[in-house]
This record gives sequence, C-alpha cells and structure tokens, in this order.
Amino acid sequence: MLNRRNMIKQGTRMVAASMCATRPWLGVARAADGRETTTGPVEAGQWGTQPRTGGHVRAASTSGSLSDTLDPARQSMATDYLRGNMFYDGLVALDETLTPRPALAQSIESSDFQTWHIQLRSGVCFHDGAPLTSADVVYSILRHKDPALGSQVHYQAMAMHAVRADGPLGVVIELAAPNIAFPSVLGLTNFAIIRDGTTRFETANGTGPFTCAVFQPGVRSVALRNTNFWNPGGVWVDSLELISISDDMARHNALLSGDVDIIAAVDPRLVALVRKRNIAVMESPTGTYTNLAIRQDVGPGENADFVQAMKLLFNREQMRNSIYLGFCRAGNDQPLPPEHRFCNTDLPQTVYDPDKARFLLKKNGFLNQSLPPLICSPAANGSVEMAVLLQNAAQNIGLRLDVRRMPADGYWSQSWMRFPMGFGNVNPRASADMTFALSFASTAPWNEAHWRDPRFDQLLVLSRQEPDETRRHALYNDMQAMIHAGSGVCIPSFITSLDGFHPRIQGLHPHQGGQLMGYNFARHIWVNDQPASAKTGGQ
Amino acid sequence: MTMTAKLGMAIARRLGASCVSLIFVVVAVFFITSALPGDVAQSLLGQAATSDSVAALRHSLRLDQPVILRFASWAGGLLRGDFGVSLVSHQSVMSMVHERLIHSLLLAGITTLFAVPMALALGTLSAIFRNTIFDRAVSLLTLCVVSVPEFLVATLAVLVFAVQLHLLPALASISDIHSIGSFLAAFSMPVATLGCVIVGQMARMTRAVMVNVLSSSWVEMAVLKGVSPTAIILRHVLPNVIAPLFNVMALSLSYLLGGVVIVESVFHYPGIASLMVDSVASRDIPLVQTCALIFCAAYLLLTTLADIVALFSTQERTRA
Repeated sequence: MLNRRNMIKQGTRMVAASMCATRPWLGVARAADGRETTTGPVEAGQWGTQPRTGGHVRAASTSGSLSDTLDPARQSMATDYLRGNMFYDGLVALDETLTPRPALAQSIESSDFQTWHIQLRSGVCFHDGAPLTSADVVYSILRHKDPALGSQVHYQAMAMHAVRADGPLGVVIELAAPNIAFPSVLGLTNFAIIRDGTTRFETANGTGPFTCAVFQPGVRSVALRNTNFWNPGGVWVDSLELISISDDMARHNALLSGDVDIIAAVDPRLVALVRKRNIAVMESPTGTYTNLAIRQDVGPGENADFVQAMKLLFNREQMRNSIYLGFCRAGNDQPLPPEHRFCNTDLPQTVYDPDKARFLLKKNGFLNQSLPPLICSPAANGSVEMAVLLQNAAQNIGLRLDVRRMPADGYWSQSWMRFPMGFGNVNPRASADMTFALSFASTAPWNEAHWRDPRFDQLLVLSRQEPDETRRHALYNDMQAMIHAGSGVCIPSFITSLDGFHPRIQGLHPHQGGQLMGYNFARHIWVNDQPASAKTGGQ
Repeated sequence: MTMTAKLGMAIARRLGASCVSLIFVVVAVFFITSALPGDVAQSLLGQAATSDSVAALRHSLRLDQPVILRFASWAGGLLRGDFGVSLVSHQSVMSMVHERLIHSLLLAGITTLFAVPMALALGTLSAIFRNTIFDRAVSLLTLCVVSVPEFLVATLAVLVFAVQLHLLPALASISDIHSIGSFLAAFSMPVATLGCVIVGQMARMTRAVMVNVLSSSWVEMAVLKGVSPTAIILRHVLPNVIAPLFNVMALSLSYLLGGVVIVESVFHYPGIASLMVDSVASRDIPLVQTCALIFCAAYLLLTTLADIVALFSTQERTRA
C-alpha cells in the first residue's frame, strides 16, 4: 500500500521528471544555473525551443463585464480565472491531467485523510513584500465560509471543519469527513491565497508570477512580471495585457489583424480559416459537457425506460459533426471524459437506436402523451442545436417533443434545474471525486436529475477513504457505470476547447482543466520574436 | 407681457416638463429593473448558487428589503447628490460611470464634429440641386448606409482595413493612444461607422426640410426679384429651417450616447452604453439607474435645446 504521507512529496519529484520529459524548456541546465543562462544570446536556430524572458503579450478572452473581480472568492467567469492565475497562487496546482501538484504548499499530508497537515514553502513573498505565513492561508480559506461574501466555493469550504495555523509555515485543515481527494479541492482557482485581512480588491496582492499594474473591470488588466517570484522557472513574459471581447467576430478579427496574440474560444466554424492564415489553434480535451437533465423525481423521468429511451435518441455522431464540427469527443452518459485518468473505458457506448427507443416509449405509453418541453438556451453551449436534433429524432419515431428556448440572460438562476427536462453546461471539476460529490450524490446541490441511489453514496464515501489508487479507480468505475445506467443526465459529448494564437507565442499546450491551459497560460508562455528585436527585449 | 418675458416663460415650461420626464423615467426604470427575473445575488453566484448562499448574499446586499424601501433609500441618496454604490463591485457608481462617460462623450463629440457639417452640406446641396444626378446619387447612397445595420458596417470595415490591409487596428483601445497618429487610427473606424448611420439620416431630413422651404412661394418671389442663390439660402431659407434642423440633429445626436452599444462592443471601446448593458445583465440596479438617468438627461438636454432654438427663431421672425 502506498504511504500517503509521502504521496505529494513524491509528486514534487515526479513533476520535475515529467517536465523534463514533456517540456524540454524547463530543462535541467536551467534549473541548475538559474534565470540568466537562458536569457543570454541564443542562436537563431534555437528560437522556439528554448524559453526566454521578455516580451509583451496581448490576450483576449470571451466574457468580461463589470462583475470582473480580483477577489478569488467571487471569480466565476473564464476571464476572472485567467486574470486570477496571473496574480495569485494556490496551495496546490492542477497539472494538465488534473493531478494535484505542490504549489505554495510544499507538502500536504494526512494519515486518516480527515486531518490534513500542510507545510508551506518558505521564502515566498506577496507583491507588497510581506512574507507568506500560515495566517494568510487560514484567512484565505476561512473567508469562503462567510455566506455574505458570496463565494463560489462556499459549499466546498463548509466541508472544512476547522482551519488553523500550526507554526508560521504550518496549517492544519480538519475535514468533516475523510476525503483522500481533498488536495484537488485546494487546487481550485477560487482557493487562491491572499494576504491576511485583505478586504478590498481594487488591485491584487498575491504571490503569483505577475503583479497587477492595471485592473479595469470589463475593460482590461495589465500584468507585469514579478521579479520576486518564488518559482524561478515559472514566468517568462515581461508584461501581459488581458482584455475580453465577447463579440465572436470582433475577437477573431482582433486575432487575425494582429491586435491580440492569443484568443480564447475559437469558433469551430472558423478554425480552418484561422489556420490558413498561419495562426495556430490549440485543441484541449477538456471535460466540459452540455447535458440534458431529465428530472427523476417529477414528470416522465420517474420512469426509467423513458430516461433510457431519451439517451438512445441522442444521435451523438450527428451532434459531433453538425454542432461542434468534430471538435468534441463522444460522451457516454457519465461525467468523466475519455482522457480522464479515472475514466471507465469499459462501459458499452450508448449509440443512437431509434427502434429500441420507440419500443421502450411505446411499451410505457409515452408516444401519445404530451410531454414537458425541452428547456434550452444559448447560455448552455450547443444546447439549442441539441434540443432541435433531439426533437427531430423523436418526431421520426412518433414522439412529440416541444423545444423551449430561454434567453441566456438569467438562465442559470431562473431556468436551470427548474424544469422536468432541461439542458445544463458543466465545466470540468478539479477531480473525479468533486464531479461525483457535486453533481451526482443524493445530497449534491447541483444534482440536476435529482437522481438518488444510496449505493452510489456509499461508494462515494468508500472511495474517499481508499488509499490504493487501483482500488479507488475500480470504485470510480462502478460509480460511472451506475450514472451511465441510472442517472437522468444525458451526456452526448465533451466539448474540445479551442484557443488561437500567433506563432510568436510559445509554450502553450493542451490542458484538461479548461481553455488556455486550464486558465493558467500566463505563467507558461514565452515570446519568440525575431532575434533582432528580441535581443533588445531580453535583458 | 413683453416678448422676452413670454420667451422666458416658455423656456421655463420646457425645463419643467423635462424634469417631470426625468423623474418619471427614473421611477419607471427602477421598477422595471426590479421586475426582471433574478437579482444581483443570483447573478453573482451564477451556477454556484445554492438557496442558502443566495439568501445570505441577498441579506448582506439588503436585497431582502421591500422594493419601495430600496427605491426610497436610493432616491434619498440621489437628492443629496449620492448616486449610490454598485452592488457588484462595491465601488461608488459615480467613479465607475465617470471614466466611461468621458470616453462616450469623446466618441460622440468627434462623430458630431464630422457628421453634422457633412450631413448639412450634403442635405443642402441635394436640396439646391434637387432632381439632378447629384441629388439622386446622394439619395441612393444615404438610403444605403441608413439601411445597412451598423454591426455589418463595423465588421466589414474591420475585415477590410484591419484584417486584410493591416492599415488600422481592429480594436479602438483607448489606453494605447499616445500620439495623434494612434488617435486617428483608433477613432477612424468607430467614427466612420457611427457617421454612416447619422449622416445618412440627418442628410435626408435636411434635404426634406430644405426642399419644403425652397419650393415655397416666397422663395420663388425672391428668385423672381433677382436675389442671388447664396443670399436666398443664407438670408432667407436658413433662418426658417434652423428649428426643424436642430430637432433632427438633437434626435440623431442623442443616439450617440446610449445607442452605440454595438459599435462599442465590436471595437472594444469602453463607453457608457456597454456599461449599462453589463449592469442590466448583472442586475446592478444603482448602476442601471445612473446610466438611465444620464441617457435620459442627455436626451432631454438636446431636445430642450432644440425647442429653445425653435422658440428663439420664431421670435426673431415675428419681430422681423
């Protein structure tokens, strides 16, 4: 059995090894010699393979409004995450496979998975010069428990029974119940560490790779490289401006004209056009999905055959080709994408089978019944198109389904989870455990289908205490099989995230956590300008 | 009662009516925004909302008070010159609006400087040379630009001048303006796009008003008496068309403040129209109120100004 005490510590060595293997730009020479060696004169042929400091980058994300915030607790949109990750660090960082790696925490240990001992990295400073101490961490975590703050992770924070300092660099977190997957929770962007006592967020005072020079909600933010950053190989560009252009055409035009170097969320329809102009489009296999949730406590979803028939009516192939133009992966009515390290790949794939669906519906007398409408909205990516395809498939077997399209404005508060059949959109969670606990457990606040299976809840509790990863994987497999077979959540596909960038930007690589390297691109990129201009930039 | 006193009375009446409209708009906007589904607490929490967390946040933002009470406290603040605090960002509304308003006024001002003389010249020339090739060409052109939606004009302009020709930046980034050159580059496309819409409209209206006056019998008499065309236009026609022209301009220009949200979003220009759209989306009522108040005040100011000009011009004529 693996000794949990050393698990994350081993992770440190593992991460160093894997970085050498997959990302030569974080090579050993660099780690040994420090920053200066890489910024010296470099032969032209080496540009692009070797990271270097310097340069200014402009990036445009999708959503931005006056709700933009530098308060980690309230960050809820992609732009907020992208910005937050420039200025703040978490105790833990999630790598491209969503495996937790040490960040501000040097080690996280627990013998019973209920009381966790965190040892902070020493010598880390906030942007204002103050050293990072356990008091900052305790403050940063406990504030999420205040309901008046409006924290995005209030629910997760409430699972932490007590958070207390243990010496200047030690923190102890006691959970309400054991959870071996707890380190992933600390990897959530919202649990970023701020200075003890911070209540105002006009600017950011974090420990992150950039300092905040400008922050204008809904307009732009400018980040400058933190020369005092604790991780010597962790930041390259001198300055980075982040704007948000919600208008799709305008965002693509800004990329094509060279006004910005990077954009998030390339339209699948424009990928070919963008690539033709020598602009790269990165495909990230994220676990984001748009799903139909058929409530199982009210309406037709109370009948298991109806739920099964609806899953069979999803023409996944057609949806993949016509809605996402191929930029998605098949979903199998369970929430972990095929690339996830805990995905159950042995489950039989649900396929489009109108005959079987018709049989099931007819057997239960649904064909002549009037059914509640399918609620969809542009707020849930691709749901309107999915609803129409589903309606069409139903029509072909004599089932009448109405589609009701709701405005994007207010969809999540007014329509989502409020109708017998409605679409939702879920971003990848930090861990398989969080996916199950937040969206599928009987008491989960976001249990969209109101699916209740006590065996599933038992397996969840068991998996949280199972230190052996193989055995935990087996438990997760069973849980996915139960969701696949029983839950009213239909997941036809996982959406591939598309980000566009000019060839001068280097260091970007796909990440399962979301767009632009799990919203954390800023610290990984470097600029590959023409050597002539680059020499003046890299001091 | 003397003429001046009468004029003063008329102006006072107009200003009074404007104030009543303003109060009506403020009350109406508050209650309409309050009637929108969802509130700022739900909007802030988004998909992470649970009923407990929404209730707690609502309480801390004092959204659990009755609508009337919230309106009274906001209106009370307004009377003391306090526009309130944004529910989303906790900053004072005035500080949030201030910069955006300056940006909007700048864009509107530059557009006006270009659009008004151009529209007046085009309209007047078409009226003078009516039914000629020139008139028909102007008429066709203005009809075209008025009927094409501005997002199309803006997107096409970006496609041609920024993406294909690389002559102008695709975004009007106000923070990047450091020289006259970058100023012109940043503003040329937004101003041209807005210009298309209002020049077309104003030129057509100017022509209509001018033609109306030019075809009157007293202009014909002046022509018969041998007055030069320039003198007819400047001394006889212009004073008679000033009032309707000001009305046309007031309507077109009031659009430049609140109606330019598409241009703001296409060019990523941080103006006040997009601020208002944002604030409605996040249900930030104090901010919605202040923006509505500004738009309404600007509209009333312009139309009242046009009315006062009309009053003066009729008085001049009666005196003459």
